[in-house]
Amino acid sequence: MKILVVDDEKDVKVLFEQRFRREVKNGEMEFVFAFSGEEAIEILKNLKHEAILILSDINMPGMSGLDLLNHIKNKYVKPPPVVMMITAYGDEENYNTAKRLGADDFLTKPLDFKLLKEKLKTMMDGKDFSSR
Amino acid sequence: MHNDFIILIVIFSILQSNEQTKTIYPLWRKYFIIALSICIILLILETSIDLIRPVTVWIALILTFFLFYLSYIRKEFLPIKSLSLALLPLVVVNLIEQATILINQSTYTAWQNYFETASSFAFIWLVAMLIISRRQRKALEKERLKAEAKEKEYQQAQFMKAELENLVVERTGELTLQKEELIHALDDLKSTQAQLIQSEKMASLGELTAGIAHEIKNPLNFVNNFAEVNNELIEEMIAEIDKGDMEEVKAIASDIKQNLEKINNHGKRADAIVKGMLEHSRTSDGEKTPTDINALSDEYLRLAYHGLRAKDKSFNATMKTDFDDSIEIINIITQDIGRVILNLITNAFYAVSHTKLSKSEEFAPTVWLKTKKTKIGIEISVKDNGNGIPSDVLDKIFQPFFTTKPTGEGTGLGLSMSYDIITNGHGGTLKVESIEGEGSIFTIVLPNKF
Repeated sequence: MKILVVDDEKDVKVLFEQRFRREVKNGEMEFVFAFSGEEAIEILKNLKHEAILILSDINMPGMSGLDLLNHIKNKYVKPPPVVMMITAYGDEENYNTAKRLGADDFLTKPLDFKLLKEKLKTMMDGKDFSSR
Repeated sequence: MHNDFIILIVIFSILQSNEQTKTIYPLWRKYFIIALSICIILLILETSIDLIRPVTVWIALILTFFLFYLSYIRKEFLPIKSLSLALLPLVVVNLIEQATILINQSTYTAWQNYFETASSFAFIWLVAMLIISRRQRKALEKERLKAEAKEKEYQQAQFMKAELENLVVERTGELTLQKEELIHALDDLKSTQAQLIQSEKMASLGELTAGIAHEIKNPLNFVNNFAEVNNELIEEMIAEIDKGDMEEVKAIASDIKQNLEKINNHGKRADAIVKGMLEHSRTSDGEKTPTDINALSDEYLRLAYHGLRAKDKSFNATMKTDFDDSIEIINIITQDIGRVILNLITNAFYAVSHTKLSKSEEFAPTVWLKTKKTKIGIEISVKDNGNGIPSDVLDKIFQPFFTTKPTGEGTGLGLSMSYDIITNGHGGTLKVESIEGEGSIFTIVLPNKF
């Protein structure tokens, strides 16, 4: 399963690679990184027909995470990717907007990777279940 | 001529009718009236009974002289003093006449003509004296009236003076009160001004704080997570050591080292952000410190952006920076210049986000931040593609308390404080150019003399 992580912080890449070292080694998960919303859209264009999960930061210069979410849910039709939003502002407004735009989940920084791992696993199980 | 009692009657009439007698000596007035009545009775008796005349004449004469005498020594008889002088020759003539009658009737008969002439002269004297005294009295009366009028005038003047003095005291009181009120108002204004300046600082601090919260959460995210990763890596490393796979141990160790560096970097980053916040809130001590203008501009651009994002979730804009690397470190009051940059960028963001509301989806809100080294100094410019500033407003934007924002949103002090910091604080210039519908550009020029 491919996971696209979108964040303007470059160190996110190293952090995810180390945090999911085992899963990457096992081939359970494969990570792709984008450092802006615009880049994420470019990557998604090339990843058509692949089951994908997107983890996106909300606060990015230029295209924000919410813009990206809106774009994905409206224009990227098949297959509908799972989108989880991450933000440093754990406020209701962001949460509600994300939910309204169709976000599948909502996480706040600093990221709790144990929780994220569990969520990813259940989601992947759910996906497996639904595809069966 | 039987004028003896007539004279007495006149004297008593004058005495009893005198104003002073009436008011001050009412008892004396009674006596005068009684004496007057007696005189009238005696006059009637004397006229009707010729026989008693030699006696009554003497009574009248003596009484008259006595009264003359009294007029000189008793104040009750003062009103007849001038009259006594006028009557004196007449009475004296009468006395000599009567005395002559008493001594020798024949002599009297022989001298009767002389007596009559003397009597006439005495009478003329009387009339003349009366006229003179009347004149004198009139003159005196005139004087008295004059004096009274003067007195009245004086009293009126005194009264007016007192009134004026009262008025002056009153006015002085009012003026003192007004002065105190004005001093109070001035104090109020001064403290309000200080409060406003503080609230402008706090407003920009508020904008910063939200930005800072976001900016700090990012490095904290890395610090926490890399630390946890390292914990896991160390456990793995121990396991590899037990297995004896030294290559893997080395690989893990190098990962741990890299992570520790990252923890260190992000810790420093958080530290710098907090320091920046503290510097911003601290009142400027006016000391110039060596500063990297590009780093400062970049820092405040990020803070302004995240500050606005925190306030308005829908806000978004593209930031384009163009920093001139040849700019050297310059001496400036760092947090003051930071405040100016923050203010200009915040305004630019505000302008583009407002423009986005009225324009089509295609509109890309953009803010440019540019630094440039020139011959005269360093130029920092903030450009936006917002609606621009109407020309009638353009002259006023640096005035204190001028704001186009709704009440409560802006203090109207941001640009006036910025202007003051650049011109008075640093001897530089702050200029604005704006084209309606195309955008605005604010340019700070800091001269080279630092």
